[in-house]
Amino acid sequence: MIEAHGLTKRYGATVAVDNLSFEVKPGKVTGFLGPNGAGKSTTMRMILGLDTPTAGSVTIDGTRYRDLKRPLTKVGALLDAKWVHPNRSARAHLAWMAASNKLPKSSVDRALDMVGLTEVAGKRAGTYSLGMSQRLGIAGALLGDPEVLLFDEPVNGLDPEGIVWIRTFMHRLADEGRTVLVSSHLLSEMALTAEDLVVIGRGKLISQSTTQEFVDRASGTTVKVRTPQLDQLAGVLHQQQLVTRIEDVEGQGKVLFVEGDLTTDQIGESAAAHGIVLHELTMQRGSLEQAFMQMTGDSVQYHATDGQLPDPSITEVAAGPKEDN
Amino acid sequence: MSASTATAPTTSSYGGLAVINVERIKLFTTRSPWWCMIVAAVLSVGLAALFTGFIPSDQEQQATIFITQGGTQFSQMVMMVMAALAVTTEYRFGTIRTSFQAVPQRSQMLLGKTVVVGLLAGLVGLVAAFGAWFIGTLFVGSADLAIDTGAEWRLLAGRGIVFFLSAVIAVAVGILIRQSAGAIAILILWPLLVENLFNLIPKIGDDLSKWSPFQNASSFLTQGNDGGFAGAVGDASNYALSPWWALLYFAGWAIGLLAIALFSANKRDA
Repeated sequence: MIEAHGLTKRYGATVAVDNLSFEVKPGKVTGFLGPNGAGKSTTMRMILGLDTPTAGSVTIDGTRYRDLKRPLTKVGALLDAKWVHPNRSARAHLAWMAASNKLPKSSVDRALDMVGLTEVAGKRAGTYSLGMSQRLGIAGALLGDPEVLLFDEPVNGLDPEGIVWIRTFMHRLADEGRTVLVSSHLLSEMALTAEDLVVIGRGKLISQSTTQEFVDRASGTTVKVRTPQLDQLAGVLHQQQLVTRIEDVEGQGKVLFVEGDLTTDQIGESAAAHGIVLHELTMQRGSLEQAFMQMTGDSVQYHATDGQLPDPSITEVAAGPKEDN
Repeated sequence: MSASTATAPTTSSYGGLAVINVERIKLFTTRSPWWCMIVAAVLSVGLAALFTGFIPSDQEQQATIFITQGGTQFSQMVMMVMAALAVTTEYRFGTIRTSFQAVPQRSQMLLGKTVVVGLLAGLVGLVAAFGAWFIGTLFVGSADLAIDTGAEWRLLAGRGIVFFLSAVIAVAVGILIRQSAGAIAILILWPLLVENLFNLIPKIGDDLSKWSPFQNASSFLTQGNDGGFAGAVGDASNYALSPWWALLYFAGWAIGLLAIALFSANKRDA
């Protein structure tokens, strides 16, 4: 369990993370979502005690990271796969990490085996492809068999095979009961990977909920109904105080859309009660992208403007924090 | 899998040995430290061969142990570069963050590095000094190069201590500067150039020079030694402090710089 309370990080006049509070629960993958420069990496560095918060605190099962003894047995993290000496072999890299937390030598072999790098473990890390570096980073995170795992943009730059591998891997880790926090600016990826979402924009918390709730709340739902008795159904639904609109959809003729917080069950039952034939009854859910755009609309740092120069106060923010997404 | 975590003794600390083990692995799993050590040893021994091998036979009698030690200063530079790189490459490649992640008690981790790098430099210092002396005895067999005064032992064995402390200074500068080129420039320019330029400043220049750290390191090594045809290098009048006080003064610089470096490493964001 990771808990952040009023976490704040300022670089001079720039506020990279602003009074951020959230919690990450064990046993599931939590997505940490936000546009580039929103403060995700800074937050992760604060969780790991690399950056000191200007205000607030973040703890892992109640303990600040810098107070942990043998932290690799508690928290594993992959913030940047390039944080390896290029002339050191993968095995040597993991060996010093293991030694630092008094982990047995066997943990190195186990971690290499888990990510499938055993064959190339003797090669210099500088010769690795991005996908292999990413696997080495994950091996480092898993070295101490930790309960909590943090991954910063783990699928960035990976090929489809690598992406699927990482996604499956994370679900496996969560299924084992671990706490998994994954940051990304890729919404589609989060929709597939994360059960819970912590969404931030400009360093501020925008929402914390399940992925499902986030989409539901942000975009609402629409039910699409095709029926030969269009007007009759619309009348029935109006009596139930529901908002409907009729649109011409190409190739499908007139289609009835019902807006609001409701289920297909409700409409199907009403139709049956009035003997109305239905050809189609589908829930149309807003995409994560739509939800995200709607909720972070004014939190995006780098708005595309219509040929205007960006607001100087915005560029200042953009130049300040060392956000390396 | 989490079951094994529960049985791990999470209360135990790493202990000093763990961080020393870590730094030992780090240092010996890349090639550049090996090169630095070989170059350092070869420089002092090779230069000693040049210094003593070409002495005209009528001057051979004036050769002293001091004459064989000219190359050790260069070895010291090389070891200081190695010591600084042991830190700055970690910043360059980002492994410092992995290190702080593995050992969030930053001082502990950096002290481990200082000890490993320092001891290694000390060892190389001894090899360089005694190796150079041994080569000297081969080339100028007719001169008296026997180690029979305290000052001569200090000149040779003391080199190990001076190398150790120089490496500590180099690690401290590396931590403060965090960047290879800058740290190396400071470490080379300071003892070679800046401390010598002090002499050019009127009135206070002489004192500045006498109280600068590396002058005191060489004060510790050379006081009371016979410079042979190199002149009166061993005269106490050239130095501010007696040999052992000079060493203590030099050690004070090393400890002071390291303390500042550790303080700043703990304060700064990694």
